[in-house]
Amino acid sequence: MAPDLRKQVAIIGAAETDTVGVIPDVSEIQLHANAARNAIRDAGIDKNLIDGIASAGQSPVAVADYLGIVPQYLDGTSVGGCSFMIHVSHAVAALTAGYCNYVLITHGESGRSRVGKGGFGGGASSIPGQFEAPYGTFGAPSQFPVPIVRHMQKYGTTEEQLAAVAVSTRAWAAKNTRAMMRDPITIDDVLNSRLISWPLHLLECCLVTDGGGALILTTAEKARDFKKPPVYVLGTGESCEDVMVSTMHDFTESRSFKTSGDRAFRLAGIERKDVNHLQLYDAFVHTPMYALEALGFVKPGESGPFFAEMRGAPGGELPVNTNGGGLSYTHTGMYGMFALQESVRQLRGEAEAQLPNVKISLAHGPGGMFSAAGTVIMTNQG
Amino acid sequence: MTTRRQRALPQPTPETQPYWDGCKQHELRLQYCNDCKAFFFYPRAFCPTCLSDNIEWRTVSGKGTLHTYVISQRPAPGFEDEAPYVIAVVRLNEGPHLMSNIVNVEPKPENLKPDMPLEVIFAEMNETITLPRFQPAKGA
Repeated sequence: MAPDLRKQVAIIGAAETDTVGVIPDVSEIQLHANAARNAIRDAGIDKNLIDGIASAGQSPVAVADYLGIVPQYLDGTSVGGCSFMIHVSHAVAALTAGYCNYVLITHGESGRSRVGKGGFGGGASSIPGQFEAPYGTFGAPSQFPVPIVRHMQKYGTTEEQLAAVAVSTRAWAAKNTRAMMRDPITIDDVLNSRLISWPLHLLECCLVTDGGGALILTTAEKARDFKKPPVYVLGTGESCEDVMVSTMHDFTESRSFKTSGDRAFRLAGIERKDVNHLQLYDAFVHTPMYALEALGFVKPGESGPFFAEMRGAPGGELPVNTNGGGLSYTHTGMYGMFALQESVRQLRGEAEAQLPNVKISLAHGPGGMFSAAGTVIMTNQG
Repeated sequence: MTTRRQRALPQPTPETQPYWDGCKQHELRLQYCNDCKAFFFYPRAFCPTCLSDNIEWRTVSGKGTLHTYVISQRPAPGFEDEAPYVIAVVRLNEGPHLMSNIVNVEPKPENLKPDMPLEVIFAEMNETITLPRFQPAKGA
């Protein structure tokens, strides 16, 4: 029985930009911001209460960062002119589900003057195009590892600890016949591999592969009618932080990971110790380290020792990336789907490196360079 | 047959133009919110913390510290002659942090200690665009 959503959600603020027509002196992202500020004033709401954001054209990450908003709900559905109707539709579900309390939906488009046009990745007039690309950023390896030195400086994290993530993950890949890289490696192998973007070497960067994945979801009631044992969604989280890695608030932690993880655990109603299996998106070796800390499985600064002591490796206390991860299994570009697939396999008992007694699995990943985050906690216990 | 791709250069927008105009005059300029009593970066038409219009551009010292960095081995288009090169986050003495390159120092970890003092220098890329880059502070 679906919940009755009628009249459960209301619009409390609505406004356009000060003028509409020809606005050659305002960029597209600023048009989003100007409309947003007018709506905030129309509602009379404290900006800091807004914890959900939806936009099309410009990404909700860019809009949230521009307005200094910390969301725990994001909707970047961008399917054309009706996107904002769909944002309202999704916001009704999100608000009634307790994902967040206040959703801001923005539109801004420099359709005539074409000042600072948006689009994925952005051009030379986008914020990253102006304030990162001119310094020679060139793909993820030149940007994603930027925070690591600060983690090393604050916690004494070492290059050997970083390398241990690759060693641990490869040990899982060795058990997975579908993995691209299966030969066991050592810390020395990792540190002697080609330097890509100091402090990271080739074996500390994910693979670049082809592949795909898909999921089908339905209600728990209907799920019983199908042939595979259901994998139930216990809780989900999402957030975003920066439109550029260089504007992260604190380079020793991921705020978006933490916000996303906190929501997922709040909705799941479980403790960290209840989780048996982790799939932590590993674009680079430090990504699962930041996740392990932000999600609360270890204290800040303790992810280096965790991996160096092989506590996430085969035989360890909390298995991490049992498919071999993006580092050794596969990484198509947007790897998150594969993290989810392995969580499902472990919960169904279908994994190649099957763990005993998995009841709860968590899959978590970033979007962009710590720009966004998503978390899904799943269980096989009906 | 290869086509050498152009180096990425910023295309200013109305909100960011004063920043780039400052660089062209070899001045690093940041926006300051008179209500929050704090600088912010990147440029916006109002304060991202309190949404106030009560903001102004101020020329800042160009001094800061090395906050974090990578030494990128693979050159971006136009950086072929510079690789390996340092892509860093500089924490300015006025508070905000921004991405830049660290130049005039051999790009090795032992030469690039976190929190080392830096100072801005300006690199004129063409008639309209000048980039702020940083080097180890003189006399530090």
